[in-house]
Amino acid sequence: MAAHAHTVKRYPGFWGWLWDWLTTVDHKKIGILYLVAGGFFFVIGGIEALFIRLQLIRPLNDFVSEDTFNEIITMHGTTMIFLAAMPIIFALMNAVVPLQIGARDVAFPFVNALGFWTFFFGGLLLNIAWLTGEVPDAGWTAYPPLSTTAYSSHHGVDYFVLGLQISGIGSLLGGINFMATIINLRAPGMTFMRMPMFTWASFITSALIVFAFPALTVGLVAMMFDRIFAANFFDVNAGGNIVLWEHIFWLFGHPEVYILILPAFGIISEVISTFSRKRLFGYSTMVFATILIAFLGFMVWAHHMFTTGLGPVANAIFSIATMAIAVPTGIKVFNWLLTMWGGSIRFTAANLFAIGFIPTFVMGGVTGVMLASAPADFQYHDSYFVVAHFHYTIVGGLVTGLFAGIHYWWPKMFGRMLHEGLGKLTFWTYMIGFHLTFFVQHFLGLLGMPRRVATYLPNQGFDTMNLVSTIGAILMAFGILVFIINVVVTSLKPRHATNDPWEDGRTLEWAIPSPAPEYNFKQIPLIRGLDAWWKEKMEGNKEMKPAEPVGPIHMPSPSILPFIMSVGLFISGFGFMYNLVVAGIGLAITLMCMMLRSVFDDHGYHIEPEEQKKKGEVPA
Amino acid sequence: MSAHEHAGALPPEPEKATLEGRNKILGFWLFLGAETVLFGTLFSAYLAFRNSTLDGPKPEELFQLPMTFIMTVALLVSSLTSVFAVQAMHRHKTGPMLGWMAVTIALGAVFLGLEIYEFNEYAHEGHRFTTSAFSSAFYSLVGFHGGHVAFGILWIGLLILQILRKGLTVVTAPKVYVSAIYWHFIDVVWVFIFTVVYLMGKV
Amino acid sequence: MNRWHAGKKFALALLFGLIPLLAACGRADLSVLNPQGPVAARQFDVLMVSVGIMTLVVVVVFVLMVYVLVRFRRRKGDNSIPKQVEGNHKLEIIWTVIPIILLIILAVPTVGAVSKFAEDYWEDPNAVQVRVTAYQYWWEFEYPQYGITTAQELVVPVGKKIAFELVAGDVKHSFWIPAIGGKMDNNPGLTNRKYLEFPTPGVYRGKCAELCGPSHAYMDFKAKAVDSASFDRWVAAMQGPAVLPEDENIREAFVSKCLTCHAVGDQGSPIGPNLTGIGSRVTVAGILFNDTPEQEYVVDPAKVEENIKTWLADTQDVKPGNMMPSAGDLQLTQEQIDGIAKYLANYRLDYE
Repeated sequence: MAAHAHTVKRYPGFWGWLWDWLTTVDHKKIGILYLVAGGFFFVIGGIEALFIRLQLIRPLNDFVSEDTFNEIITMHGTTMIFLAAMPIIFALMNAVVPLQIGARDVAFPFVNALGFWTFFFGGLLLNIAWLTGEVPDAGWTAYPPLSTTAYSSHHGVDYFVLGLQISGIGSLLGGINFMATIINLRAPGMTFMRMPMFTWASFITSALIVFAFPALTVGLVAMMFDRIFAANFFDVNAGGNIVLWEHIFWLFGHPEVYILILPAFGIISEVISTFSRKRLFGYSTMVFATILIAFLGFMVWAHHMFTTGLGPVANAIFSIATMAIAVPTGIKVFNWLLTMWGGSIRFTAANLFAIGFIPTFVMGGVTGVMLASAPADFQYHDSYFVVAHFHYTIVGGLVTGLFAGIHYWWPKMFGRMLHEGLGKLTFWTYMIGFHLTFFVQHFLGLLGMPRRVATYLPNQGFDTMNLVSTIGAILMAFGILVFIINVVVTSLKPRHATNDPWEDGRTLEWAIPSPAPEYNFKQIPLIRGLDAWWKEKMEGNKEMKPAEPVGPIHMPSPSILPFIMSVGLFISGFGFMYNLVVAGIGLAITLMCMMLRSVFDDHGYHIEPEEQKKKGEVPA
Repeated sequence: MSAHEHAGALPPEPEKATLEGRNKILGFWLFLGAETVLFGTLFSAYLAFRNSTLDGPKPEELFQLPMTFIMTVALLVSSLTSVFAVQAMHRHKTGPMLGWMAVTIALGAVFLGLEIYEFNEYAHEGHRFTTSAFSSAFYSLVGFHGGHVAFGILWIGLLILQILRKGLTVVTAPKVYVSAIYWHFIDVVWVFIFTVVYLMGKV
Repeated sequence: MNRWHAGKKFALALLFGLIPLLAACGRADLSVLNPQGPVAARQFDVLMVSVGIMTLVVVVVFVLMVYVLVRFRRRKGDNSIPKQVEGNHKLEIIWTVIPIILLIILAVPTVGAVSKFAEDYWEDPNAVQVRVTAYQYWWEFEYPQYGITTAQELVVPVGKKIAFELVAGDVKHSFWIPAIGGKMDNNPGLTNRKYLEFPTPGVYRGKCAELCGPSHAYMDFKAKAVDSASFDRWVAAMQGPAVLPEDENIREAFVSKCLTCHAVGDQGSPIGPNLTGIGSRVTVAGILFNDTPEQEYVVDPAKVEENIKTWLADTQDVKPGNMMPSAGDLQLTQEQIDGIAKYLANYRLDYE
């Protein structure tokens, strides 16, 4: 096995603490990094949202200029999807999946860290655009020709293209990592059909990431080539085709929305099940339905292009295919309800979010079916109806689900429970604010209000609803503020959480201390069924049965290379925009680090049994 | 550690003997899945622009099948030699393994050299990256592939040096195996390029 | 306490549902929910089918959920472990098959309408052809059958099929008249065809529905449906020779400064919006209204004149990013501005 394990250098003080976080390859720490960075970008995206709603509070408002408005909507969408939602999903996947499958870390800890830092520096590159005054303004969908240099000559769209390419590398690496982890690192006895639903959802989501992101990469590269190297992919005068961009973008873009929602489905399954004290109803159906949703998700991309002019045959086929996805989704909703049926439901803050998810997401889903009908979509497309739909599914669905997961797994990540009262206040203000903001937008669209409009004329019937929508947004912001206060207040409390603080934990992560020790499991557990921890508890056991003896635990070494590699890419991003020599230098830094990583093998280090006892394996 | 025979201590399939090795192989196959979608998208773009040559030379006028055929043979044979390298690895014969790896990247360099010559010719004939949508798509697809070949040559070259230093172990074996899978992949992509771009371009 | 959770949510949803529902129908010249033509009406029908099905689904889910939350909430002191249920095969089949049936119910009118809306009337001798070219930030309407071109205000006859060819002159735009029918994109380099019908005379509001730059929100246009005889008179008037300003100075300024980009009658250039009969149009620049609150869509020449002056004074202020220089850039004197505005405001077409 590993020939030359060595001890890890740990440095004292603030710089030691910083070095620890910059070099960590521990999935638990990386999860926290994703949560903090994702949270930071979520706040930025949220401020952008507030500015949008403030501008639209009344007709012909001049809170921001039209140019700035287009920049704000572009950055809001891009930041929220790529830099807030996805990272927080990765945060929970990192924090939870290895624990749920009884593993000590992910398959590629170094790559895991690399995935985080590339995401972070890609996001940083994109948001630095605000500081330069050259901000992308062609929408998060960046359709050409508006996004080409002919109509967007400043560097805004370049920041978009380069920032997302770098961030996208991180996502792809994360997807590969979790697929390999779930395939290869499950504890003995954990067959695929004994995995928790969140792990299943993570697995399928990772597969979606692996197959969807490369399409985005090609699109972004083609646009970069057009903008920076005078290529002609999207230059109509040189034989290019703007509809090609739409195809490539949505080939990625549609699976992306399933990447966003499937983890939330996984969270809901876990939280509802735990707080009903019942196993998930129809587990195998749920697994199958999730796989079907992912598979179908690759077949429906052109429903974003019904008005582009693809013709009736294409429109009809994509309509039917899109409607089909409602079936497995509906199956999941009923299985959640039947999980609660006959159960003993406890209304914790986490469970409130999970329960709130169900009707909200169903509303988003049904407007999705409405949009699926191409002839009707001729009216809905590019109007506020669509804006309402996707916010219902992404914010009312995904973000609500993330709040459920964050409240649920906070003790496992941080050793403390978030304050329940504040959590419930967050839930009510955020949820009511959400519905106030977005429900009226369905009607705005149907009354004839297009989307991405910096303002609107008076006397069209839009005024009152826009006002209501803005008030709702302010209420949502208040809810988020309450959550932030909750986080701060909680962090000041001592770490008192037990290993199974909700008392009804069903899955493996609740069998170990909160927060989890560095090595996760002192002994890899033996899995004897679905809901492995619950099974042991019901048989009167206080611990999992071990699948191996106590012994030295081999851990991967921390490394600064992921950080440096990401800095190299970051530098090259600027280089591509301003100076190609700098681009070369940035890429050279990254390649050098790859070479170093290849040449200097990491043999890791060991945590000896004596150290394990000291780190405190507290029985349940 | 010497570079020569490391008899006895190595298991039959050294690349799969450790969990790390098996993880690397699985992870790499998944990465190739992503690369398949990447090249697939590039192919789609190319097919969309096959006829958008504007004033530039058309595919029938440009492509020189004899030279492209030689490039194809070089790459196909290099795939074969990389198979031999892995077979040598399984027999724990480090010397022959390194030899076959060297032949592999030599053939890869031949391929790349000819491709650079080819692009140079095209540039003189008025077929440049910026000429038309067709040319942008052509150079992006074929150029990305060439970039992959170049990276592969550097990677396998680096591995040869590493193994000369560290020898064939359960740590270095997975690297060889994975690089061989990579090399086969770019060979398969080339077969598609040869067919879709060059052969179909001449029709 | 927990009954309130469920009850509160339900009541809130109902409340928020009712308020906008009361205002639902919307303006007859703008709303999807108030269709004024057969295309919009058919789309409204599909919408209603889908709303009906989806309301059913939502109600079923909501009722089930409220029941479950109320009935199975944990009572104080109850620490029992409920019976663990693996699943129910029959139920899975039921809630798979029923949604499939519901979707088929929606799929049938969907496919029917898709083929209907794709009908191509461009070569139909009874249809009126309009070629729509969208620019940043105005709309050009060319009528190849009559050899005329207008801008910003689409005039069509009632009761005929209007066959459109949609294309863009710069970036992507999208042509949408919500009260009359769904939209279709104007793509550069590709032509789309669609048709609409206008059974009722009136003015309908058109919107650009694809982000096209800073003035995307200001790219409104109007569609004016008139009876056949009026339409014929309009065509004849449009085909007439240019009417230029009477005053020599104004005429000279207009021809040298304006007709380099604009056209009136048979004179000028096709680069910018055609100004023939601009005095009859409901708006200047698509968003400055020429009517008065008392009489909607009745053009007041004084307002036309005022709006043209507003536009000329600072075009970037009205529509940031648009291509037209302001009066200052064109070095027009105040006298010239006033003269041109008056001339254009009085350049009316008598056809109604």
